[in-house]
Amino acid sequence: MTDLAFVALACGFIIGMGAVGASIGIGLMGGKYLEASARQPELMNALQTKMFVLAGLIDAAFLIGAGIALLFAFANPFVAG
Amino acid sequence: MAAAETASEYIRHHLGHLTNQASGQKKIVDFSYFNYDTFFWSVAMGVVGLTIFTIAARRATSGVPGRFQGFVEMIIEMIEDQSKSIVHGNRAFIAPVALTVFLWVALMNCLDFLPVDMFSGLIHLFGMESILPHHRVVPTADLNGTLGMSLGVLALMLYYNLKIKGLGGFLKEILSAPFGPWMFPFNLALNLIEFVAKTVSLAMRLFGNMYAGELIFLLIALLGTTATTLGFVGNVLAGSIWAIFHILIVFLQAFIFMMLTLVYIGQAHEGH
Repeated sequence: MTDLAFVALACGFIIGMGAVGASIGIGLMGGKYLEASARQPELMNALQTKMFVLAGLIDAAFLIGAGIALLFAFANPFVAG
Repeated sequence: MAAAETASEYIRHHLGHLTNQASGQKKIVDFSYFNYDTFFWSVAMGVVGLTIFTIAARRATSGVPGRFQGFVEMIIEMIEDQSKSIVHGNRAFIAPVALTVFLWVALMNCLDFLPVDMFSGLIHLFGMESILPHHRVVPTADLNGTLGMSLGVLALMLYYNLKIKGLGGFLKEILSAPFGPWMFPFNLALNLIEFVAKTVSLAMRLFGNMYAGELIFLLIALLGTTATTLGFVGNVLAGSIWAIFHILIVFLQAFIFMMLTLVYIGQAHEGH
C-alpha cells in the first residue's frame, strides 16, 4: 500500500470516529436537556443557552479532527503533491 | 479560469493564502511567512465593527429607541448578563473585551458567506493575478488568525492572574493547586498543560469549524454541479442548505469563543 493510501485511510478514521464520539455525546446531552425541560419547563430558556455552549464544546474535538483530516486530504504535508 | 483543472487542483488553489513568499509554507511553524489576506480582512472587519457601534453610540437616545439602537442594546445586554454571571470582580474592562471578541469573531466568520469564486472572479476581472495569486477571505479559517486571538486571551488570563493573586500567590497556586505543596512537579506540569490546552483548544475549535465549513462549501460546489444532470441548480440547492446551517455555526462559534474568554478570565479571578 502506498503512502497516499494510508493517508486516505487515516482521514477516514479521523472523521468517522470523531463523528461517532461527537454524535453520541450530543445525543446524550440533548436527551438530558429534554428530560430536564419536561420536568421543569420554567428552566427551559436558561438551560438552552448552556446547552448550545456545551454543544459547541463537544463538537470541538470532532471538528478539529475534521479540519486536520481535510488538510491531509488536500494539502498533505506527508505526501509530495 | 484554468481550462482543464481537476477538482483537487481547484480546491488546492482555493486553499492557498496570500503570503509574502511565493512558494507555499512547507513546515508547520515558520515565522517568515505572513498571510496578508488574514491581516487585511481581520483589520477590515475590526474597522467595520467599530464603525457600526460608534454610529450606534453617537445616535443613542434615552427616549424611545429605534430598531438599530434596540438591536445594539440587545447584544450589549446579552454580553452584560453573561459577564455578570461569570466574572466576579471589576468588569469595566472585561465586559468590553467580551463584546469586542464576540463582534469581531462574528463579523470575520460572516465573511464565509461570500461566494468563494467571487474574489477569484474579481481578481480575473481586474487582471491582478500576478499581484494576488491566491486569496482566502475568512481570517478565522486561518490558524494564524485564531491563534493570534487565543494568545491575546492567554495574555489576559495571565495578566488577571497576576493582578488579582499577586506574583507570589500565583506561583503558590501553580505549584500547589490540585494535589498539595509536596507534589509540586506534578502540579506545575498539570497547570502548565492546562494553560496550553485552554489556549490551543480555543484557537483550534474556531479554526476547525470555519476551515471545515469553507471546505464543505467548496466540495458542495464541485459535487453539486457535477453529480446530477441539474448542473448549477444542484449546487445552489445543496449549497443553500449548508449555508443556512452555517449561519447557526458562525454565530454559535462566536458566542462560544466569547463565553470561553469570559470563563477563563473568571477562573483567573477565583482560586482553584
